[in-house]
Amino acid sequence: MSYEELLTELAVNDERYIVMTAENRALIRNLPAKLGKRFVDTGITEQTMVGAAAGLALRGRIPVLHALASFLSMRAFEFVRTDAGIPNLPVKLSAFIPGFLSDGNGATHQAIEDVSIMRGIPNVTVFAAADEQDLVGMIETIWNSPNPAYLRINTRKTDYQHTPFEIGKAEVISEGTDVTILTYGLLFEQALIATQILKDQGLSVGLLNMRSLKPVDEQAILKVAGSSKLLVTLEDHFNTGGLYSIVAETLLKHGATAKVMPYGLDKWFKPALLPDVLAYEGFTGKQIAEKILGHTTNAVQPTIATPEFAE
Amino acid sequence: MSELENIAFKVRQHIIRMSTDGGCFVGASLSATDLIVYLYTSFLNINKDNLDDPDRDYLFLSKGHDVPALYGTFAEIGLMDPERLKNHLSVNDNIYWHPNTKIPGIEFHSGSLGHLPSVALGVAIDIKIRGGKNKVVCILGDGELNEGTCWEAVLVANAYKLDNLIFVIDRNQFQANMATEDLIPLEPLHDKFTAFGAAVKRIDGHSFDALNDAFSAYPFQEGKLNVIIADTVRGKGLPSISARADRWFCNFTHEEVESLLKELGGDTTTELTSETLVVR
Repeated sequence: MSYEELLTELAVNDERYIVMTAENRALIRNLPAKLGKRFVDTGITEQTMVGAAAGLALRGRIPVLHALASFLSMRAFEFVRTDAGIPNLPVKLSAFIPGFLSDGNGATHQAIEDVSIMRGIPNVTVFAAADEQDLVGMIETIWNSPNPAYLRINTRKTDYQHTPFEIGKAEVISEGTDVTILTYGLLFEQALIATQILKDQGLSVGLLNMRSLKPVDEQAILKVAGSSKLLVTLEDHFNTGGLYSIVAETLLKHGATAKVMPYGLDKWFKPALLPDVLAYEGFTGKQIAEKILGHTTNAVQPTIATPEFAE
Repeated sequence: MSELENIAFKVRQHIIRMSTDGGCFVGASLSATDLIVYLYTSFLNINKDNLDDPDRDYLFLSKGHDVPALYGTFAEIGLMDPERLKNHLSVNDNIYWHPNTKIPGIEFHSGSLGHLPSVALGVAIDIKIRGGKNKVVCILGDGELNEGTCWEAVLVANAYKLDNLIFVIDRNQFQANMATEDLIPLEPLHDKFTAFGAAVKRIDGHSFDALNDAFSAYPFQEGKLNVIIADTVRGKGLPSISARADRWFCNFTHEEVESLLKELGGDTTTELTSETLVVR
């Protein structure tokens, strides 16, 4: 099932849903015909769309908003904070092409600070999908929650069969005593590859899908901090304010300590097609594994699929 | 004095009493007073018994800093105990410089300009979807029209044919520090809204007859956003602060408040000290 199919099923059968977009229809092309007046395209007006969503939510609706992650999180930031965050309205943000998924668009479209700024707003919850199955497994729970929610959309396909989603819970993919990779979103794909390479090198490797970034699964972080010699926070996000910060804050809050390797970005990334971006920036599974190991291997990096969307 | 003029006079007294011990945005409150009094007494279906009724009308005070006029009106029409206005700026109450929803009757908080046109837009869209008859009024400041989001909302309202939405512009000619036309000129304002697809009326915002004529024509035109440009005077009722760029936020002494109350009644003109006029 796709994002659009599930959204259609939920929205058609539940009058509370209003599907909105600031003229970003890539994920929802078939919705206008299905929803009629409950499909609202405000044009290229991210701020006004978020404000209008607050008005709709005041009236009992669940507005699900679609726009590029960069503009939803940054251009409309104060509207999210002031109109959805302060009154704690169930405004649901579907943030398109976050992180590396903006591949060739350039820095204007790179949402690599979105987790940091969205999680900084009280009441706003933050999620990221590892792949399409993970995405489809989480949206109904997120949309039925009473809070505003920011969701990093990821519709890429992997072979991984995810466990049921719970708000505030990490998904434990594997447990290991040498190293545990904590990641979210798109890089889950590469983390699976890296994990396998590390295991082939004889390491005991853990992997956590941190799909609920706020609220975060503090117990899962503390557990791997205690059981694993090294934690790696792998993210297509600035190291400032993202998962590295979340892990650091959690350890400090609980008086715990761990060796943590930040594996994120410190500047905007080189715009190119996604497979090339990952290789250039050092985020393929093989590169991740070798950086953790500190030496090269003869592992083979599987081909990385180009994205379905090039918006 | 007509009944509405009498209510507006009392509201202005409340505003003046709130302009001490910390002060308030007295000039902008006085310019919006007649608009707000007219709307709550004569146009909107809003009262203490229907505040949670989805079929009530909605008023969104987008300029926000004129909230003393709104609280003063609430006190006069039975939405708020007038005694509560004495709690202005008290940590033990929620009556401060901008509206917030802890006060019954406030639909949405404001203070950051350019937000409520879009929030009102969302409410109006939903009423249209549900086939409701309620009216949605949003009061904007003229300086607020600098914000691009106001115009986005007009564009979207036009696209969705929101003839149940009314934007009322408190056209008092001033923004915080200067005349609007000296900073970001707005005129010809009527033409701007018309060009964006709205049905526009421009009236004397201190004349209850003119307000009544304009609002009686609602909806102005089927399928069009209603816009009323209400020409007003910043500081209306107090000649000593009227239509002056340097009278924005005022924190008067108790003696000045007593003098201003007399001035409102037409008795005198107040001598104000420069220290009580605060620029924010």
